[in-house]
Amino acid sequence: MLRQATSIVMLGLWAGAAQAAIEVPVTWLRQEVAHPPVLSNLDEIPQDEGRAGAELGRDDNATTGRFLGQDYALETVSVPEGGDFEAAARAALARGGLLILDAPEDAVLAVADMAEAQGALLFNAAAPGARLRSADCRANLLHTLPSTAMRTDALAQFLVQRRWDDLALIAGQRPEDIDYAEALRGSLAKFGLKLRAERDWLDDADIRRNAGQEVPVFTQALPDHDVLLVADEAGDFARYIAYNAWTPRPLAGSEGLRPVAWAPVVEAWGAAQLQSRFEEMAGRAMRPRDYAAWAGMRAIGEAVTRTGSADPEVLRDFILGPDFELGGFLGAPLSFRSWDGQMRQPIPLVTERAVVATAPLEGFLHPVSEMDTLGTDAPETLCAAFEERS
Amino acid sequence: MRYAAILALLVTPAFAQGQGEIWVTNEKDDTLSVIDVATLEVVRTIPTGERPRGLTFSHDFSRLYICASDSDAVQVMDPETGEILHDLPSGEDPEQFVLHPDDRRLYIANEDDAITTVVDTETRSVIAQIDVGIEPEGMAVSPDGRIAITTSETTNMAHWIDTETEVLFANTLVDARPRHAEFVKDGTELWVSAEIGGTISVFDVATQAEKAKIRFEIAGIHPDRIQPVGFELTVDESTAFVALGPSNHVAVVDAETWEVEDYILVGRRVWHMAFNADRSLLFTTNGVSGDVTVIDVARREALKTIKVGRFPWGAAFRPAPGDPA
Repeated sequence: MLRQATSIVMLGLWAGAAQAAIEVPVTWLRQEVAHPPVLSNLDEIPQDEGRAGAELGRDDNATTGRFLGQDYALETVSVPEGGDFEAAARAALARGGLLILDAPEDAVLAVADMAEAQGALLFNAAAPGARLRSADCRANLLHTLPSTAMRTDALAQFLVQRRWDDLALIAGQRPEDIDYAEALRGSLAKFGLKLRAERDWLDDADIRRNAGQEVPVFTQALPDHDVLLVADEAGDFARYIAYNAWTPRPLAGSEGLRPVAWAPVVEAWGAAQLQSRFEEMAGRAMRPRDYAAWAGMRAIGEAVTRTGSADPEVLRDFILGPDFELGGFLGAPLSFRSWDGQMRQPIPLVTERAVVATAPLEGFLHPVSEMDTLGTDAPETLCAAFEERS
Repeated sequence: MRYAAILALLVTPAFAQGQGEIWVTNEKDDTLSVIDVATLEVVRTIPTGERPRGLTFSHDFSRLYICASDSDAVQVMDPETGEILHDLPSGEDPEQFVLHPDDRRLYIANEDDAITTVVDTETRSVIAQIDVGIEPEGMAVSPDGRIAITTSETTNMAHWIDTETEVLFANTLVDARPRHAEFVKDGTELWVSAEIGGTISVFDVATQAEKAKIRFEIAGIHPDRIQPVGFELTVDESTAFVALGPSNHVAVVDAETWEVEDYILVGRRVWHMAFNADRSLLFTTNGVSGDVTVIDVARREALKTIKVGRFPWGAAFRPAPGDPA
């Protein structure tokens, strides 16, 4: 406490004199992946997804850094499909030990396990799977993108609050849909909701033209349910389920009411300012991966500001410690779980036009942080890598 | 009904007629609500520019300055007629401002631009623009007029401006998301509230060093919801009232020991506040519930809730015509 007070006073002095500059080099590193085709041509994945968020985070950090003699440099590297991601990571680590990764989980894990990455601080800003946060967690790897389970828990809390207990699920067959459906089942069990039936979506027709014929028949056999859940993370078929199902029930999950890390409709808690800063810079709306990359950059900035150091190990200890908090425009301070490195964050439940609710919802209590009602809590974690270090 | 009768008994004898007004900006209605302090009722609703937030009167109360954020203007209103006289060049997205003791210079936080703009209200020209941190919001000026403060919400700093040169001379870190700043105790202390940090930092003005931190704790309310925003001190500066945002409470703080003595339940997401003339009544703006809570300062109790427009944000007192300020 005393030490912290001293460092704050010292920072105050630097602000005037701008001496003892701290260099903070960060690399945003992406492994490009192929996006399989989806039925609709409406959605475009922006080329700079994620990168624009990191760049805005750098700009935000630089504004503070200007007053404190901190110099933030962001290098952005995108490795083409089939390129040598590990070589790019090695080069980035040679420049400095702070990386924001936008890559599939196997690639993230490979970087975290590299000899050069020991003592580095990596942020996973794109892989939502449970594995990196449980059995395959790594002490040098933090996660600013919420896990899929955090998002599905958010939805489950909402269903509990509305007493929409009886659910049916239509699940796509792509790997990310299977993961999402798995997380949904876990969340429904965790919050005592009932999955009455589940059907796999078989994408062998172009239902853009005949959804009106196919979807009623496909959903006719489902038992009574309050809400129809859909697992379609690539945005392939679920948009055609809306208004065409046999019974008039709201959709939730990947379509309809969606639990997300970030969306253009988030505007409360000062979020409108972040949205407009982002739009002005990138010329488009901010997406979840942009937010995750921004949060990684800002976590670095906040930790550098409060510790006066750019050493990844010092930053890691501070970020995982009790004094770290980051304003993330979601109504509650963001922090990191000391048992698996996941960032605590409220999860907005959104439609195309509005935020319907933000989880954790009122009444879901927790002795430490209500945000820990979302995702894997300390007593149930399978992650062991963090134990000895924090 | 019975409550109203008791209220009438409590309130009416204590005050003469013409006790002045509380002016409130309604962020999502583009209006001002004017509350008569004697009757505790809204007596006028006046249209403004888009998204009015900060408001302040000139020293003789003949002019009202309004931050019309989405109109990118500071509007100057004749409070008698409610007429907009002219706009001041404010820079983009003005959110809050403070009027210098010279009654002439306005220091304006431009939220979207990371700039503090200094405007001469007489010549209607920009004197200076000062680069500050991201999302500047809280504004304060020392009683002797020598120091102006801007707090920046994302940079988490108080920026100290020398008003002679309009240049920054210090930048001090505070907790996350600072919202409001005030000089207190004859300008010897600067208080800065931090919404996400959940604290008020108290600075010694002479050294710009932090000397205390006020923390809050309300039984049954999660710490994340306790978000200090606006605050005001009683006339003897012994007691501070602090709006705690979505915890829906106002804290009562001993301004000498920095201990919290009490919490008063008010409306939802309480933002800012203003006292009446003798500081016996405190009016808080409650953004989410769209109303104003009237607090009896001596009893530390909520007296009444007054419905105003959508998202009431700022509040300012105006004495009745002829009354001393």
